[in-house]
Amino acid sequence: MTQRIPLREIAHARAGDKGNRSNVSVFAFDAKHYSILVDQITPERLKQTFGALFTGPIQRYLLPQLSGLNFVLDEALEGGVNESLNLDSHGKSWSSLILSLEIELP
Amino acid sequence: MGTGAGFSADRLDPAVDLARRGNLNAIVFECLGERTLAAGLREKLVDPSLGYNPLLETRMRTILPFCRANNTCLITNMGAANPLAAGNLVANVAGKLGLQGMRIAVVTGDDVTDLLNDNTRLFEPGCTLKDFEQPVVGANAYLGAEGIVQALQQKADVVITGRVADPSLFLAPLQHFFEWQYNDWMRAGAGTMIGHLMECAAQVTGGYFADPGYKNVDDLVSVGFPIAEVQPDGTAIITKLTGTGGCVDLRTVKEQLLYEVHDPARYLTPDVTADFSSARLNSEGVNRVSISGAHGTERPQELKVTVAFDGGFLGEAELSYAGPGAEERARMANEIVDERLRHVHGIRTTLRCDLIGVSSLHHTLGQYEMGSKDVRIRCAIRTPDRNEAENLLWEVESLLCCGPAGGGGYRGNIQSSVLTYSTFVDRAQISPRLDILDV
Repeated sequence: MTQRIPLREIAHARAGDKGNRSNVSVFAFDAKHYSILVDQITPERLKQTFGALFTGPIQRYLLPQLSGLNFVLDEALEGGVNESLNLDSHGKSWSSLILSLEIELP
Repeated sequence: MGTGAGFSADRLDPAVDLARRGNLNAIVFECLGERTLAAGLREKLVDPSLGYNPLLETRMRTILPFCRANNTCLITNMGAANPLAAGNLVANVAGKLGLQGMRIAVVTGDDVTDLLNDNTRLFEPGCTLKDFEQPVVGANAYLGAEGIVQALQQKADVVITGRVADPSLFLAPLQHFFEWQYNDWMRAGAGTMIGHLMECAAQVTGGYFADPGYKNVDDLVSVGFPIAEVQPDGTAIITKLTGTGGCVDLRTVKEQLLYEVHDPARYLTPDVTADFSSARLNSEGVNRVSISGAHGTERPQELKVTVAFDGGFLGEAELSYAGPGAEERARMANEIVDERLRHVHGIRTTLRCDLIGVSSLHHTLGQYEMGSKDVRIRCAIRTPDRNEAENLLWEVESLLCCGPAGGGGYRGNIQSSVLTYSTFVDRAQISPRLDILDV
Protein backbone atom coordinates (compact mmCIF):
# COMPACT_ATOMS: atom_id res chain seq x y z
CA MET A 1 0.00 0.00 0.00
CA THR A 2 1.38 3.41 -0.90
CA GLN A 3 1.42 6.24 1.58
CA ARG A 4 1.23 9.94 0.65
CA ILE A 5 3.47 12.17 2.75
CA PRO A 6 5.01 15.65 2.42
CA LEU A 7 8.48 15.62 0.87
CA ARG A 8 9.68 17.38 4.03
CA GLU A 9 9.33 14.08 5.93
CA ILE A 10 12.13 12.42 3.95
CA ALA A 11 14.20 15.26 2.51
CA HIS A 12 15.82 18.60 3.27
CA ALA A 13 16.47 21.48 0.89
CA ARG A 14 18.25 24.80 0.47
CA ALA A 15 17.62 27.65 -1.97
CA GLY A 16 20.14 30.07 -3.47
CA ASP A 17 20.03 32.88 -6.02
CA LYS A 18 22.13 34.39 -8.81
CA GLY A 19 20.49 37.18 -10.75
CA ASN A 20 17.03 36.03 -11.83
CA ARG A 21 17.98 32.35 -11.52
CA SER A 22 17.24 30.29 -8.43
CA ASN A 23 18.64 26.93 -7.45
CA VAL A 24 17.15 24.56 -4.93
CA SER A 25 19.04 21.48 -3.79
CA VAL A 26 17.07 18.59 -2.32
CA PHE A 27 18.68 15.76 -0.31
CA ALA A 28 17.20 12.54 1.04
CA PHE A 29 17.74 12.22 4.80
CA ASP A 30 18.18 8.48 4.20
CA ALA A 31 19.97 7.20 1.07
CA LYS A 32 17.26 4.56 0.58
CA HIS A 33 14.82 7.34 -0.41
CA TYR A 34 17.07 8.86 -3.09
CA SER A 35 15.49 6.91 -5.94
CA ILE A 36 12.03 8.09 -4.84
CA LEU A 37 13.20 11.69 -5.16
CA VAL A 38 14.65 10.96 -8.60
CA ASP A 39 11.38 9.37 -9.74
CA GLN A 40 8.95 11.86 -8.25
CA ILE A 41 10.65 15.26 -7.97
CA THR A 42 11.14 16.02 -11.64
CA PRO A 43 11.52 19.30 -13.55
CA GLU A 44 8.19 18.53 -15.25
CA ARG A 45 6.45 18.24 -11.90
CA LEU A 46 7.95 21.51 -10.58
CA LYS A 47 6.93 23.27 -13.78
CA GLN A 48 3.42 21.87 -13.56
CA THR A 49 2.96 22.76 -9.88
CA PHE A 50 4.85 26.04 -9.60
CA GLY A 51 4.92 27.25 -13.22
CA ALA A 52 3.36 30.61 -12.38
CA LEU A 53 6.47 31.41 -10.30
CA PHE A 54 9.14 29.27 -12.01
CA THR A 55 8.55 30.83 -15.41
CA GLY A 56 11.69 29.67 -17.26
CA PRO A 57 13.26 26.32 -18.11
CA ILE A 58 14.12 23.96 -15.23
CA GLN A 59 17.27 21.84 -15.25
CA ARG A 60 17.98 19.00 -12.81
CA TYR A 61 21.41 17.64 -11.82
CA LEU A 62 21.81 14.36 -9.93
CA LEU A 63 24.42 13.66 -7.23
CA PRO A 64 23.82 10.04 -6.20
CA GLN A 65 26.79 9.86 -3.79
CA LEU A 66 25.20 12.70 -1.80
CA SER A 67 21.62 11.42 -2.27
CA GLY A 68 21.01 14.84 -3.73
CA LEU A 69 19.30 16.62 -6.62
CA ASN A 70 20.01 20.17 -7.74
CA PHE A 71 17.30 22.14 -9.54
CA VAL A 72 18.27 25.20 -11.53
CA LEU A 73 15.23 27.39 -12.11
CA ASP A 74 15.60 30.07 -14.77
CA GLU A 75 13.52 33.24 -14.54
CA ALA A 76 12.21 32.13 -11.18
CA LEU A 77 12.90 35.17 -8.98
CA GLU A 78 10.41 37.71 -10.32
CA GLY A 79 13.36 39.77 -11.59
CA GLY A 80 16.00 38.94 -8.97
CA VAL A 81 17.23 40.51 -5.76
CA ASN A 82 17.55 44.09 -7.00
CA GLU A 83 14.37 44.09 -9.09
CA SER A 84 11.69 41.87 -7.58
CA LEU A 85 8.77 43.35 -5.64
CA ASN A 86 8.54 40.16 -3.59
CA LEU A 87 9.50 40.57 0.08
CA ASP A 88 11.58 37.43 -0.41
CA SER A 89 13.52 38.85 -3.33
CA HIS A 90 16.22 36.16 -2.98
CA GLY A 91 13.66 33.33 -3.19
CA LYS A 92 15.04 31.92 0.09
CA SER A 93 11.67 30.31 0.77
CA TRP A 94 11.55 28.37 -2.52
CA SER A 95 13.13 25.47 -0.60
CA SER A 96 10.09 25.27 1.68
CA LEU A 97 7.83 25.49 -1.35
CA ILE A 98 9.41 22.40 -2.89
CA LEU A 99 9.40 20.55 0.45
CA SER A 100 5.62 21.04 0.55
CA LEU A 101 5.18 18.70 -2.44
CA GLU A 102 3.52 15.39 -1.67
CA ILE A 103 5.26 12.17 -2.55
CA GLU A 104 4.12 8.57 -2.68
CA LEU A 105 6.03 6.20 -0.45
CA PRO A 106 5.74 2.59 -1.66
CA MET B 1 41.52 29.02 7.97
CA GLY B 2 38.31 30.44 9.38
CA THR B 3 35.39 32.53 8.21
CA GLY B 4 34.80 35.82 10.03
CA ALA B 5 31.67 36.82 8.12
CA GLY B 6 29.47 35.24 5.47
CA PHE B 7 27.58 38.35 4.44
CA SER B 8 27.64 42.10 4.91
CA ALA B 9 25.59 42.24 8.11
CA ASP B 10 26.92 39.05 9.70
CA ARG B 11 27.52 38.70 13.45
CA LEU B 12 30.79 39.85 15.00
CA ASP B 13 31.15 37.76 18.19
CA PRO B 14 31.71 34.40 16.39
CA ALA B 15 34.50 36.09 14.39
CA VAL B 16 36.11 37.42 17.56
CA ASP B 17 35.97 33.93 19.07
CA LEU B 18 37.67 32.45 15.98
CA ALA B 19 40.33 35.15 15.82
CA ARG B 20 41.01 34.75 19.54
CA ARG B 21 41.26 30.98 19.93
CA GLY B 22 40.98 29.44 16.44
CA ASN B 23 44.74 29.11 15.90
CA LEU B 24 44.20 30.37 12.35
CA ASN B 25 46.61 31.17 9.55
CA ALA B 26 43.92 33.20 7.81
CA ILE B 27 40.50 34.61 8.59
CA VAL B 28 38.26 35.63 5.71
CA PHE B 29 35.35 38.08 5.89
CA GLU B 30 33.07 37.63 2.87
CA CYS B 31 30.72 40.58 2.90
CA LEU B 32 29.78 41.41 -0.67
CA GLY B 33 26.68 40.17 -2.49
CA GLU B 34 24.91 41.39 -5.62
CA ARG B 35 22.64 43.41 -3.36
CA THR B 36 25.39 44.86 -1.14
CA LEU B 37 27.69 45.92 -3.98
CA ALA B 38 24.73 47.76 -5.48
CA ALA B 39 24.17 49.43 -2.10
CA GLY B 40 27.85 50.46 -1.98
CA LEU B 41 27.71 51.94 -5.47
CA ARG B 42 24.63 53.91 -4.47
CA GLU B 43 26.33 55.24 -1.31
CA LYS B 44 29.41 56.24 -3.25
CA LEU B 45 27.23 58.25 -5.64
CA VAL B 46 25.97 60.30 -2.70
CA ASP B 47 29.37 60.55 -0.94
CA PRO B 48 32.52 59.61 -2.93
CA SER B 49 34.40 58.82 0.30
CA LEU B 50 31.94 56.00 1.15
CA GLY B 51 30.83 52.81 -0.58
CA TYR B 52 32.66 50.27 1.59
CA ASN B 53 31.05 47.97 4.16
CA PRO B 54 29.41 50.02 6.94
CA LEU B 55 30.67 47.57 9.61
CA LEU B 56 34.30 47.75 8.42
CA GLU B 57 35.56 50.01 11.18
CA THR B 58 33.79 48.12 13.98
CA ARG B 59 35.01 44.76 12.70
CA MET B 60 38.61 45.88 12.24
CA ARG B 61 38.83 47.64 15.60
CA THR B 62 37.71 44.44 17.30
CA ILE B 63 39.54 41.81 15.24
CA LEU B 64 42.91 43.31 14.30
CA PRO B 65 44.53 43.03 17.77
CA PHE B 66 43.82 39.26 17.77
CA CYS B 67 45.18 38.94 14.21
CA ARG B 68 48.39 40.63 15.34
CA ALA B 69 48.67 38.51 18.52
CA ASN B 70 48.08 35.20 16.69
CA ASN B 71 49.85 36.00 13.42
CA THR B 72 46.64 35.53 11.43
CA CYS B 73 46.20 37.30 8.11
CA LEU B 74 42.84 38.87 7.38
CA ILE B 75 41.30 38.88 3.91
CA THR B 76 38.07 40.67 3.08
CA ASN B 77 36.01 42.10 0.24
CA MET B 78 34.61 44.74 2.60
CA GLY B 79 36.15 47.34 0.28
CA ALA B 80 32.96 46.85 -1.76
CA ALA B 81 32.55 49.81 -4.12
CA ASN B 82 35.50 51.76 -2.62
CA PRO B 83 38.43 49.51 -1.62
CA LEU B 84 41.00 52.32 -1.43
CA ALA B 85 38.91 54.34 1.02
CA ALA B 86 38.41 51.14 3.01
CA GLY B 87 42.17 50.44 3.02
CA ASN B 88 42.89 53.93 4.32
CA LEU B 89 40.30 53.50 7.04
CA VAL B 90 41.83 50.17 8.12
CA ALA B 91 45.32 51.70 8.19
CA ASN B 92 43.92 54.47 10.34
CA VAL B 93 42.25 52.04 12.73
CA ALA B 94 45.42 49.92 12.98
CA GLY B 95 47.44 53.07 13.75
CA LYS B 96 45.07 54.07 16.54
CA LEU B 97 45.30 50.55 17.97
CA GLY B 98 49.09 50.90 18.06
CA LEU B 99 49.64 48.06 15.57
CA GLN B 100 52.86 49.54 14.18
CA GLY B 101 54.27 47.82 11.11
CA MET B 102 50.96 46.31 10.08
CA ARG B 103 50.80 46.07 6.29
CA ILE B 104 47.50 46.63 4.52
CA ALA B 105 47.17 45.72 0.86
CA VAL B 106 44.34 46.95 -1.33
CA VAL B 107 43.40 44.97 -4.43
CA THR B 108 41.55 46.93 -7.12
CA GLY B 109 41.01 46.50 -10.82
CA ASP B 110 37.50 45.12 -10.55
CA ASP B 111 35.95 48.44 -11.59
CA VAL B 112 35.65 47.97 -15.36
CA THR B 113 33.20 50.76 -16.13
CA ASP B 114 35.66 52.10 -18.73
CA LEU B 115 35.61 48.81 -20.64
CA LEU B 116 31.89 49.06 -21.38
CA ASN B 117 30.64 50.48 -24.65
CA ASP B 118 27.38 50.81 -26.59
CA ASN B 119 27.74 47.26 -27.95
CA THR B 120 28.29 45.60 -24.55
CA ARG B 121 25.71 42.81 -24.35
CA LEU B 122 23.67 42.53 -21.16
CA PHE B 123 22.47 39.06 -20.27
CA GLU B 124 18.95 38.71 -18.84
CA PRO B 125 17.49 41.75 -20.56
CA GLY B 126 19.27 40.26 -23.62
CA CYS B 127 20.12 43.57 -25.25
CA THR B 128 23.05 45.92 -25.70
CA LEU B 129 23.96 48.71 -23.32
CA LYS B 130 22.88 51.23 -25.96
CA ASP B 131 19.43 49.66 -26.32
CA PHE B 132 18.96 49.53 -22.55
CA GLU B 133 19.13 53.35 -22.47
CA GLN B 134 19.88 53.70 -18.76
CA PRO B 135 22.89 55.42 -17.16
CA VAL B 136 25.44 52.99 -15.68
CA VAL B 137 26.08 53.38 -11.94
CA GLY B 138 29.05 51.00 -11.94
CA ALA B 139 30.45 47.84 -13.50
CA ASN B 140 32.55 45.37 -11.51
CA ALA B 141 34.33 42.28 -12.76
CA TYR B 142 34.72 39.23 -10.56
CA LEU B 143 38.49 39.04 -9.95
CA GLY B 144 40.14 35.78 -8.89
CA ALA B 145 42.71 34.85 -6.27
CA GLU B 146 45.68 36.35 -8.15
CA GLY B 147 45.74 39.86 -6.64
CA ILE B 148 45.33 38.52 -3.10
CA VAL B 149 48.14 35.98 -3.61
CA GLN B 150 50.40 38.84 -4.74
CA ALA B 151 49.45 40.82 -1.64
CA LEU B 152 50.24 37.86 0.64
CA GLN B 153 53.57 37.33 -1.14
CA GLN B 154 54.35 40.93 -0.21
CA LYS B 155 53.64 40.02 3.41
CA ALA B 156 50.35 41.86 3.77
CA ASP B 157 48.66 41.33 7.14
CA VAL B 158 45.32 42.61 5.87
CA VAL B 159 44.05 42.35 2.29
CA ILE B 160 41.12 44.54 1.28
CA THR B 161 39.35 43.97 -2.02
CA GLY B 162 36.28 45.01 -3.93
CA ARG B 163 34.53 42.49 -6.16
CA VAL B 164 36.43 39.20 -5.99
CA ALA B 165 34.69 35.87 -6.50
CA ASP B 166 33.76 34.62 -3.03
CA PRO B 167 35.67 31.29 -3.10
CA SER B 168 38.75 33.09 -4.44
CA LEU B 169 39.08 34.89 -1.10
CA PHE B 170 39.74 31.46 0.44
CA LEU B 171 41.67 29.88 -2.43
CA ALA B 172 44.21 32.73 -2.33
CA PRO B 173 45.70 31.98 1.12
CA LEU B 174 45.82 28.26 0.24
CA GLN B 175 47.70 28.97 -2.99
CA HIS B 176 50.04 31.20 -1.04
CA PHE B 177 50.72 29.00 2.00
CA PHE B 178 50.98 25.71 0.06
CA GLU B 179 52.66 27.32 -2.97
CA TRP B 180 50.07 25.85 -5.34
CA GLN B 181 50.58 27.17 -8.86
CA TYR B 182 47.61 29.04 -10.33
CA ASN B 183 47.40 26.46 -13.12
CA ASP B 184 47.36 23.46 -10.80
CA TRP B 185 43.70 23.11 -11.77
CA MET B 186 43.02 20.10 -9.56
CA ARG B 187 44.10 21.95 -6.43
CA ALA B 188 42.41 25.13 -7.59
CA GLY B 189 39.22 23.05 -7.86
CA ALA B 190 39.77 21.57 -4.40
CA GLY B 191 40.53 24.97 -2.83
CA THR B 192 37.50 26.46 -4.56
CA MET B 193 35.27 23.76 -3.11
CA ILE B 194 36.64 24.50 0.37
CA GLY B 195 36.15 28.23 -0.21
CA HIS B 196 32.63 27.67 -1.46
CA LEU B 197 31.76 25.70 1.70
CA MET B 198 33.28 28.40 3.92
CA GLU B 199 32.10 31.57 2.20
CA CYS B 200 28.70 31.83 3.91
CA ALA B 201 30.07 31.30 7.43
CA ALA B 202 27.29 29.86 9.63
CA GLN B 203 25.49 28.37 6.63
CA VAL B 204 27.80 25.35 6.95
CA THR B 205 27.66 25.21 10.77
CA GLY B 206 23.90 25.01 11.30
CA GLY B 207 22.68 28.46 10.24
CA TYR B 208 20.05 28.76 7.46
CA PHE B 209 19.34 25.11 8.27
CA ALA B 210 17.35 24.59 11.48
CA ASP B 211 13.79 23.32 11.05
CA PRO B 212 12.47 22.33 14.47
CA GLY B 213 11.33 18.74 14.65
CA TYR B 214 12.99 17.89 11.34
CA LYS B 215 16.46 19.39 11.49
CA ASN B 216 17.16 20.25 15.12
CA VAL B 217 20.11 22.53 15.81
CA ASP B 218 21.28 23.46 19.28
CA ASP B 219 22.10 26.98 20.34
CA LEU B 220 21.90 29.13 17.21
CA VAL B 221 22.12 32.01 19.69
CA SER B 222 25.87 31.39 19.78
CA VAL B 223 26.42 29.54 16.51
CA GLY B 224 30.12 29.08 15.76
CA PHE B 225 31.64 30.12 12.45
CA PRO B 226 33.50 27.47 10.43
CA ILE B 227 37.12 26.39 10.39
CA ALA B 228 38.71 24.51 7.48
CA GLU B 229 41.72 22.39 8.40
CA VAL B 230 43.27 22.08 4.96
CA GLN B 231 45.95 19.60 3.89
CA PRO B 232 48.53 20.37 1.17
CA ASP B 233 46.73 17.95 -1.17
CA GLY B 234 43.53 20.03 -1.04
CA THR B 235 41.49 17.78 1.20
CA ALA B 236 40.06 19.34 4.33
CA ILE B 237 38.02 18.96 7.45
CA ILE B 238 35.21 21.42 8.09
CA THR B 239 34.66 22.01 11.79
CA LYS B 240 34.04 24.72 14.39
CA LEU B 241 35.32 25.71 17.82
CA THR B 242 34.31 23.66 20.85
CA GLY B 243 31.80 25.37 23.07
CA THR B 244 30.03 27.15 20.21
CA GLY B 245 26.46 26.51 19.06
CA GLY B 246 25.24 25.02 15.81
CA CYS B 247 26.44 21.82 14.15
CA VAL B 248 28.65 20.60 11.32
CA ASP B 249 27.35 17.35 9.86
CA LEU B 250 26.83 15.70 6.48
CA ARG B 251 23.49 17.48 6.03
CA THR B 252 24.81 21.01 6.67
CA VAL B 253 27.82 20.44 4.43
CA LYS B 254 25.74 18.92 1.61
CA GLU B 255 23.30 21.82 1.63
CA GLN B 256 26.11 24.35 1.48
CA LEU B 257 28.01 22.41 -1.21
CA LEU B 258 25.21 23.10 -3.70
CA TYR B 259 24.24 26.56 -2.40
CA GLU B 260 24.04 28.96 -5.37
CA VAL B 261 25.54 26.26 -7.61
CA HIS B 262 24.09 25.49 -11.03
CA ASP B 263 25.85 22.62 -12.84
CA PRO B 264 27.90 20.98 -10.03
CA ALA B 265 30.36 19.64 -12.63
CA ARG B 266 31.08 23.12 -13.96
CA TYR B 267 31.29 25.70 -11.19
CA LEU B 268 32.90 28.65 -12.93
CA THR B 269 35.11 31.05 -11.02
CA PRO B 270 37.83 33.38 -12.32
CA ASP B 271 40.40 30.80 -11.06
CA VAL B 272 39.15 27.47 -12.34
CA THR B 273 36.32 25.43 -13.80
CA ALA B 274 35.64 23.50 -10.63
CA ASP B 275 33.88 20.15 -10.52
CA PHE B 276 32.01 19.32 -7.28
CA SER B 277 30.02 16.47 -8.84
CA SER B 278 32.27 13.74 -7.45
CA ALA B 279 32.73 15.37 -4.02
CA ARG B 280 33.09 12.93 -1.13
CA LEU B 281 31.96 13.81 2.37
CA ASN B 282 32.66 11.76 5.47
CA SER B 283 31.69 12.20 9.07
CA GLU B 284 34.86 12.22 11.21
CA GLY B 285 33.18 12.55 14.61
CA VAL B 286 31.16 15.26 16.29
CA ASN B 287 31.12 18.49 14.26
CA ARG B 288 33.85 17.27 11.89
CA VAL B 289 33.25 16.47 8.21
CA SER B 290 36.02 15.65 5.77
CA ILE B 291 35.74 16.75 2.16
CA SER B 292 37.63 15.47 -0.87
CA GLY B 293 37.10 14.47 -4.49
CA ALA B 294 36.84 17.89 -6.15
CA HIS B 295 38.28 18.24 -9.63
CA GLY B 296 39.24 21.21 -11.71
CA THR B 297 40.05 22.15 -15.29
CA GLU B 298 41.28 25.33 -16.91
CA ARG B 299 39.80 28.65 -15.82
CA PRO B 300 37.32 30.48 -18.08
CA GLN B 301 38.71 32.97 -20.58
CA GLU B 302 35.96 35.47 -19.80
CA LEU B 303 35.19 37.11 -16.48
CA LYS B 304 31.68 37.86 -15.29
CA VAL B 305 30.89 41.53 -14.81
CA THR B 306 27.96 42.92 -12.84
CA VAL B 307 26.67 46.14 -14.37
CA ALA B 308 24.56 48.33 -12.10
CA PHE B 309 21.97 50.87 -13.23
CA ASP B 310 19.87 53.40 -11.41
CA GLY B 311 16.76 51.47 -10.42
CA GLY B 312 14.71 54.41 -9.19
CA PHE B 313 12.89 54.01 -5.90
CA LEU B 314 11.35 51.11 -4.02
CA GLY B 315 8.36 52.25 -1.97
CA GLU B 316 6.84 49.89 0.59
CA ALA B 317 3.94 50.50 2.97
CA GLU B 318 2.28 48.20 5.51
CA LEU B 319 -0.80 48.16 7.73
CA SER B 320 -2.28 45.43 9.90
CA TYR B 321 -5.73 44.01 10.65
CA ALA B 322 -6.43 41.41 13.31
CA GLY B 323 -9.33 39.48 14.85
CA PRO B 324 -12.53 38.24 13.17
CA GLY B 325 -12.74 39.27 9.50
CA ALA B 326 -9.11 40.40 9.41
CA GLU B 327 -8.46 38.79 6.05
CA GLU B 328 -11.56 40.33 4.42
CA ARG B 329 -10.71 43.78 5.78
CA ALA B 330 -7.09 43.51 4.63
CA ARG B 331 -8.17 42.36 1.19
CA MET B 332 -10.54 45.34 0.97
CA ALA B 333 -7.70 47.67 2.01
CA ASN B 334 -5.45 46.39 -0.79
CA GLU B 335 -8.24 46.85 -3.33
CA ILE B 336 -8.73 50.45 -2.18
CA VAL B 337 -5.01 51.25 -2.47
CA ASP B 338 -4.83 49.73 -5.94
CA GLU B 339 -7.87 51.61 -7.19
CA ARG B 340 -6.89 54.97 -5.71
CA LEU B 341 -3.35 54.79 -7.07
CA ARG B 342 -4.69 54.17 -10.55
CA HIS B 343 -7.72 56.46 -10.57
CA VAL B 344 -6.84 59.30 -8.20
CA HIS B 345 -3.09 59.52 -8.87
CA GLY B 346 -3.02 58.14 -12.42
CA ILE B 347 -0.17 55.75 -11.62
CA ARG B 348 0.34 52.94 -14.16
CA THR B 349 3.46 51.38 -12.59
CA THR B 350 3.16 47.76 -11.41
CA LEU B 351 1.90 47.60 -7.84
CA ARG B 352 2.27 44.52 -5.68
CA CYS B 353 -0.16 44.02 -2.80
CA ASP B 354 0.54 41.17 -0.38
CA LEU B 355 -1.52 39.84 2.49
CA ILE B 356 1.11 38.86 5.05
CA GLY B 357 -0.32 35.93 7.00
CA VAL B 358 -2.37 34.76 4.00
CA SER B 359 -0.22 35.13 0.91
CA SER B 360 2.98 37.11 0.56
CA LEU B 361 6.26 35.33 -0.21
CA HIS B 362 4.41 32.71 -2.27
CA HIS B 363 1.69 35.14 -3.39
CA THR B 364 2.33 34.50 -7.10
CA LEU B 365 1.24 30.88 -6.63
CA GLY B 366 -1.93 31.64 -4.69
CA GLN B 367 -2.58 31.47 -0.98
CA TYR B 368 -2.48 29.14 1.99
CA GLU B 369 -5.59 27.99 3.87
CA MET B 370 -8.20 30.63 4.71
CA GLY B 371 -8.97 31.90 8.13
CA SER B 372 -5.90 33.84 9.26
CA LYS B 373 -6.92 36.32 11.92
CA ASP B 374 -3.75 38.44 11.93
CA VAL B 375 -3.04 39.90 8.52
CA ARG B 376 -0.74 42.67 7.38
CA ILE B 377 -1.10 44.35 4.01
CA ARG B 378 2.15 45.18 2.30
CA CYS B 379 2.08 47.28 -0.87
CA ALA B 380 5.21 47.77 -2.96
CA ILE B 381 6.10 49.74 -6.05
CA ARG B 382 9.37 50.28 -7.93
CA THR B 383 9.42 53.50 -9.88
CA PRO B 384 11.81 56.09 -11.34
CA ASP B 385 9.48 58.78 -9.98
CA ARG B 386 9.80 59.35 -6.23
CA ASN B 387 6.38 61.02 -6.19
CA GLU B 388 4.73 57.75 -7.14
CA ALA B 389 6.37 56.01 -4.18
CA GLU B 390 5.29 58.86 -1.89
CA ASN B 391 1.73 58.59 -3.15
CA LEU B 392 1.73 54.86 -2.36
CA LEU B 393 2.80 55.55 1.22
CA TRP B 394 0.19 58.30 1.50
CA GLU B 395 -2.60 56.04 0.28
CA VAL B 396 -1.74 53.24 2.70
CA GLU B 397 -1.42 55.63 5.65
CA SER B 398 -4.72 57.34 4.82
CA LEU B 399 -6.45 53.97 5.25
CA LEU B 400 -6.12 54.62 8.98
CA CYS B 401 -9.16 56.92 8.83
CA CYS B 402 -10.67 56.23 5.41
CA GLY B 403 -10.17 52.45 5.13
CA PRO B 404 -11.72 49.34 6.69
CA ALA B 405 -12.29 49.07 10.45
CA GLY B 406 -9.50 48.55 12.89
CA GLY B 407 -6.38 49.09 10.79
CA GLY B 408 -3.23 49.80 12.81
CA GLY B 409 0.53 49.73 12.78
CA TYR B 410 1.27 51.73 9.64
CA ARG B 411 4.89 51.75 8.46
CA GLY B 412 6.18 53.20 5.21
CA ASN B 413 9.63 53.28 3.66
CA ILE B 414 11.16 54.59 0.44
CA GLN B 415 14.65 53.55 -0.61
CA SER B 416 16.61 54.25 -3.75
CA SER B 417 17.34 51.15 -5.73
CA VAL B 418 19.94 49.82 -8.18
CA LEU B 419 19.29 47.28 -10.95
CA THR B 420 22.05 44.82 -11.83
CA TYR B 421 22.69 42.75 -14.94
CA SER B 422 25.61 40.61 -16.07
CA THR B 423 27.98 40.78 -18.98
CA PHE B 424 31.34 39.15 -19.75
CA VAL B 425 34.75 40.65 -20.46
CA ASP B 426 37.87 38.94 -21.81
CA ARG B 427 40.24 38.38 -18.90
CA ALA B 428 43.15 39.75 -20.93
CA GLN B 429 41.58 43.20 -20.54
CA ILE B 430 41.55 43.01 -16.74
CA SER B 431 44.41 42.86 -14.26
CA PRO B 432 44.42 43.35 -10.51
CA ARG B 433 46.20 46.36 -9.08
CA LEU B 434 47.89 46.37 -5.70
CA ASP B 435 48.36 49.29 -3.31
CA ILE B 436 50.34 48.80 -0.11
CA LEU B 437 49.70 50.88 3.00
CA ASP B 438 52.12 50.47 5.93
CA VAL B 439 51.09 51.54 9.41
